[in-house]
Amino acid sequence: MVLVFAEHQNGQLKKAALEAASYGSKAAALLSTDCAAVVIGSPENAALLGNYGVKTVYQINEEALKHFDTRLHTAAIAQLVRSIGAQLVVLSHSATGKSLLGSLSVALEAGSVSGVNTLPSMEGGFVVGKNVFSGKAQAKIAINTDIKVISLAGNALQPEITGDAAASISTFTPDLPAARVKVVEQKTVQGIVPLPEAERVVSAGRGVKDPGNWGIIEELATELGATTACSRPVADSGWRPHHEHVGQTGIAIRPNLYIAIGISGAIQHLAGVNNSKVIVVINKDAEAPFFKAADYGVVGDLFDVVPKLTQAIRAFKAGA
Amino acid sequence: MKILVCVSKTPDTTARIAFKDSNTVFDSNGVQFIMNPYDEWYALVRAVELVEAGGGSVTLINVGREDNDTILRKGLAIGADDAVRIDAEADSAFFVASQIAAYAKEQSFDLVLLGKETIDYNGSEVGSMLAQLLDMPFVSHASDMQVSGSEATISREIEGGTEVLSAALPLVVSAAKGLAEQRIPNMKGIMGAKRKPLAVIPPVAVAGRTQTVAFSVPEAKGAVRMIDPDNMEELVRLLHEESKVI
Ligand SMILES: Cc1cc2nc3c(=O)[nH]c(=O)nc-3n(C[C@H](O)[C@H](O)[C@H](O)COP(=O)(O)OP(=O)(O)OC[C@H]3O[C@@H](n4cnc5c(N)ncnc54)[C@H](O)[C@@H]3O)c2cc1C
Ligand SMILES: Nc1ncnc2c1ncn2[C@@H]1O[C@H](COP(=O)(O)O)[C@@H](O)[C@H]1O
Repeated sequence: MVLVFAEHQNGQLKKAALEAASYGSKAAALLSTDCAAVVIGSPENAALLGNYGVKTVYQINEEALKHFDTRLHTAAIAQLVRSIGAQLVVLSHSATGKSLLGSLSVALEAGSVSGVNTLPSMEGGFVVGKNVFSGKAQAKIAINTDIKVISLAGNALQPEITGDAAASISTFTPDLPAARVKVVEQKTVQGIVPLPEAERVVSAGRGVKDPGNWGIIEELATELGATTACSRPVADSGWRPHHEHVGQTGIAIRPNLYIAIGISGAIQHLAGVNNSKVIVVINKDAEAPFFKAADYGVVGDLFDVVPKLTQAIRAFKAGA
Repeated sequence: MKILVCVSKTPDTTARIAFKDSNTVFDSNGVQFIMNPYDEWYALVRAVELVEAGGGSVTLINVGREDNDTILRKGLAIGADDAVRIDAEADSAFFVASQIAAYAKEQSFDLVLLGKETIDYNGSEVGSMLAQLLDMPFVSHASDMQVSGSEATISREIEGGTEVLSAALPLVVSAAKGLAEQRIPNMKGIMGAKRKPLAVIPPVAVAGRTQTVAFSVPEAKGAVRMIDPDNMEELVRLLHEESKVI
């Protein structure tokens, strides 16, 4: 059995959950077994995982798991893995998945690989691929244990609908240790796609000059249905929140479209975005290093080019 | 408060990445290594600040070979009290976590701090492995941490926001940006670091669970296509028709 940990937010499965389900059912086919999923809490659309090849969804409804707690979540998932005899556990490489991967692997005496971006290859064992050295290389890693745990990189594989059978829902009741961590407060911004999940990202750097100029960036992002990001100096000077900072010391993303505006393209910035499928660079300096990493480049003043691009997208959408 | 800070080294981002032995081993020839920024700027500095404010000690630990002593000395110069190096090749997160856990079990630390991830393998695995091995709670991505008595209050980054939690020590905490401000070691620190203890201890036996089979370097991107700044309609058309991202 393959077990997928399906994350959800505000009652809905996350895109990362659909990617993990799709990955899990493809891996299950390669291992000649079935794919199940586990959800903690009760997202409205859990049965929808059936469309991505999941046969059974195990729901764990425990008050103690309402907030994420590595120890408790690990205990709950590990018990389920043991009880259904899962041989592969697929997590998302999200903040939650990253926190769980190591502890689950220890609890299950399983080998683990984080940030996987290929399906397993069964030739000579169980081998998966991942990016290393900030995307400058790819490693192939074999897992030698009976149980294997991986976290799947975001946007590494598009979720694929393979049928329309609803997954059957069953309840699992774990035996949990006492909590030793207490959540006091939670502040989340509603309504925008978090950066690691975003398919389109509009990002700006010091070229924007002043936080008061951010409006044109926001307008382009809104028109594209994109999430905004920024370079490190922009976050450091407090123009934008820290969670929007991408790069080596910020977050690494791999959207389908990354538009970099007034960002020079320092290697530390590229480290977080060079896995994007398509990169557009807008910079007034034709020698900006970012152009070397770009698919499309525009040399021009961002205060002139960005509103024109926003307008062109608006016209395109009106015509489509 | 006794604090253990785990530090690793990573190639400087500007380093050329190449492999040897038929693409199975990272070629460190000529590569400049630095202390992993999350470990240095955030985990270590916060540990030093906590001890400056409330007393105690900061011990650095690294799993690696002799050439890692330079990063341990740098950490001592920033303000750690002593350092331990477990003399073995750090060949997987599980191996590293097992080594550190074996050492930490004998020492009863109140707090184990590490970086949220290393920037070379981007694993983010060591922290939660260590917590599970030590049976301590794990709080990841901490961007603020206050300790009062034996109680810690921590803010952590969650997707699309932040969360504040409280927990009794001992704890394993991984550091994200914001936890502290980078400190540049001064001359006094650098001189003092030479006299601080750096112990080298042998590893414990651990069976490997994963194995790196091979590395590859992605193909270089094709040449960039330049678009006239007065023709954004053309860019939109290409994004739609050619690359199909809108
Ligand atoms: C260890 C380390 C880690 C780092 N980690 C990160 C990281 O994670 N992320 C990150 O982003 N950086 C990181 N940095 C910093 C990085 O090296 C660069 O300094 C930073 O990315 C530069 O940001 P920028 O491109 O916004 O600014 P600049 O380098 O100042 O570039 C501004 C660009 O805007 C262009 N411009 C100016 N005006 C206009 C205009 N009117 N129209 C169009 N273009 C214009 C300029 O031509 C220039 O190319 C790190 C550095 C170090 C040493
Ligand atoms: N060889 C090592 N020695 C000591 N600590 C390490 C080592 N490798 C990783 N760490 C610590 O574990 C953290 C997370 O690393 P990783 O799980 O590899 O991303 C790092 O930021 C370090 O604090």
